[in-house]
Amino acid sequence: MSDSIAVRVSDLRHRYGDREALRGIGFTVAAGEIFGLLGPNGGGKTTLFRLLATLLPVQSGTATLLEKNVATESRSVRQLIGVTFQSPSLDGKLTVTENLKHQSHLYGLSGQTAKSRISELLDRLGLKDRAQDLVDSLSGGLKRRVEVAKSLLHRPRILLLDEPSTGLDPGARHDLWEYLSRLRRDEGTTILVTTHLMEEADRCDRLGILHKGELVAIGMPDELRLSVGGDCLTIQSSDPKSLAEKLTIRFQLTPRQIGESIRIEGNAGHELLRDIVTAFPSEITAISLAKPTLEDVFISRTGHRFWENEPV
Amino acid sequence: MSKAIAIPESINDSNGDVAHAQPSIGLAVYTLAIRELVRFFRQRTRIIGALGQPFIFWILFGAGLQGSFRGPAGISYQEYFFPGVAVMIVMFTAIFSTISIIEDRREGFLQGVLVAPVSRLAIVLGKVFGGTILAVMQAVLFLAIGPLLAVVGLSPPISTGLTWFNFPIVLAYLALVAFALTALGYLIAWPMDSTHGFHAIMSVFLMPMWLLSGSFFPAPESGWLSWVIRLNPLTYGTAGLRRLVTPNIDAVAGLPSFPLCLAVTVASAVIYISLAIWMTGRQTAHNAR
Repeated sequence: MSDSIAVRVSDLRHRYGDREALRGIGFTVAAGEIFGLLGPNGGGKTTLFRLLATLLPVQSGTATLLEKNVATESRSVRQLIGVTFQSPSLDGKLTVTENLKHQSHLYGLSGQTAKSRISELLDRLGLKDRAQDLVDSLSGGLKRRVEVAKSLLHRPRILLLDEPSTGLDPGARHDLWEYLSRLRRDEGTTILVTTHLMEEADRCDRLGILHKGELVAIGMPDELRLSVGGDCLTIQSSDPKSLAEKLTIRFQLTPRQIGESIRIEGNAGHELLRDIVTAFPSEITAISLAKPTLEDVFISRTGHRFWENEPV
Repeated sequence: MSKAIAIPESINDSNGDVAHAQPSIGLAVYTLAIRELVRFFRQRTRIIGALGQPFIFWILFGAGLQGSFRGPAGISYQEYFFPGVAVMIVMFTAIFSTISIIEDRREGFLQGVLVAPVSRLAIVLGKVFGGTILAVMQAVLFLAIGPLLAVVGLSPPISTGLTWFNFPIVLAYLALVAFALTALGYLIAWPMDSTHGFHAIMSVFLMPMWLLSGSFFPAPESGWLSWVIRLNPLTYGTAGLRRLVTPNIDAVAGLPSFPLCLAVTVASAVIYISLAIWMTGRQTAHNAR
């Protein structure tokens, strides 16, 4: 794909009454890119998603999708995007095909065009033999596939997905991501996905980490991991506070205490691990050495553990 | 639907490769209305409830009140009550159909419709036409079967005033009343998060609205009650129907004139629909849910 910009967000702010959900977000997504928004619940992902999907009014800042302004050209934006919501948007009392048919009509597809498009998507998402079943009778994974099929009927240039793996088992999640990569490769669709799963974030080309309404990091997953440092040591201790102090004095380190554990980022972790265990054998209950993960990136940028943030 | 198509929709100026299909209001209204009908017929309990209640009202109230009722120009209670039950069916089916807005919001279907590139007018009209069709269908069923109950002895024989000649215009008028009432239901259902609230409104607001519309008993000559009835827009819906079907012109002499009935009903429909479009178009946290 060309390097044109599909999504451009600048200084976007949003508040619900007194609560600031987005505090000045800015980023761009290139056409044909899979861009992830990673963050814990309550970080502002869903607000950002709803703003881009034209469901919430833009209060301050701007957002454009393929040069169409979300605030002033919402009709054009709606035509460009396909939207997969976190909560299902299917009518359970209708069959799979009926759901897709209504959706085609809403997007101006009818007759033979709609029919062939529906059968194409049923085929590609492996839903053919369930086409006449009521949606209520499908499993969570199949429903999600119908949801994706629904959002792709009108060949959107940009696909927005809010927590697409919610309620999916690992197998179904894997299938979904296989399909998304294929979609990007074959049709050049730009994909913007919100997630709180590291494993999912890892499959994105680029990633923005959202925390308390701010983008605390943005870049390719590998790039972000490198920024943390070579290795990551996690130490469990019965008295993490005093151990952290001792480590600072003895090894000139900057350990970070998070809950009951201590984290140290740096190079040559294996040597450091040996030295620390030798120096304080009785104060350590467990110690582990790992390459940094995206969770480590989150911790290093925010000083919070990923799951410790109070939801909303 | 010609009214719908006349609204200009020229915002879509995206590149040809994107807008390979132009969303049309007509198609969107059609698909949303059809969905209402399909959903209705798949829920058997809804059909039984919608049809059962008016027939029970018709038989029981008729039997209980026929002795004590002194109607205008000496008509029997059944003759008086007949158009009133038709209005009741229209009202409850029309308004109750909009409870699906609350379900759609809760089940998530609505958010998918709101992000679609269709005008908000189409979203409102799809719902409202769906409810209107359901209401008229059931009213017609009652108009056809109600008088036949006399044959099996459940009501005295009555002259309904319905003829093959006035039937089309009665049908059109019922559709207009149903359209206005569905739009009113839309207004009530849209801001709600749960169906409990809807039921509460139903019993404290909508039931009295029907009782005080001249459907159940005639308006008294004077006093506060006569004023409440005069200010109730549904009074004009009922009165219009009475004027169309009455077998006895003296029985409707005290009612508002037909042009007034038509004007009030059309005006309330326009007001309800405009408010509904305005509410649907607002981008609020509630709408995004």
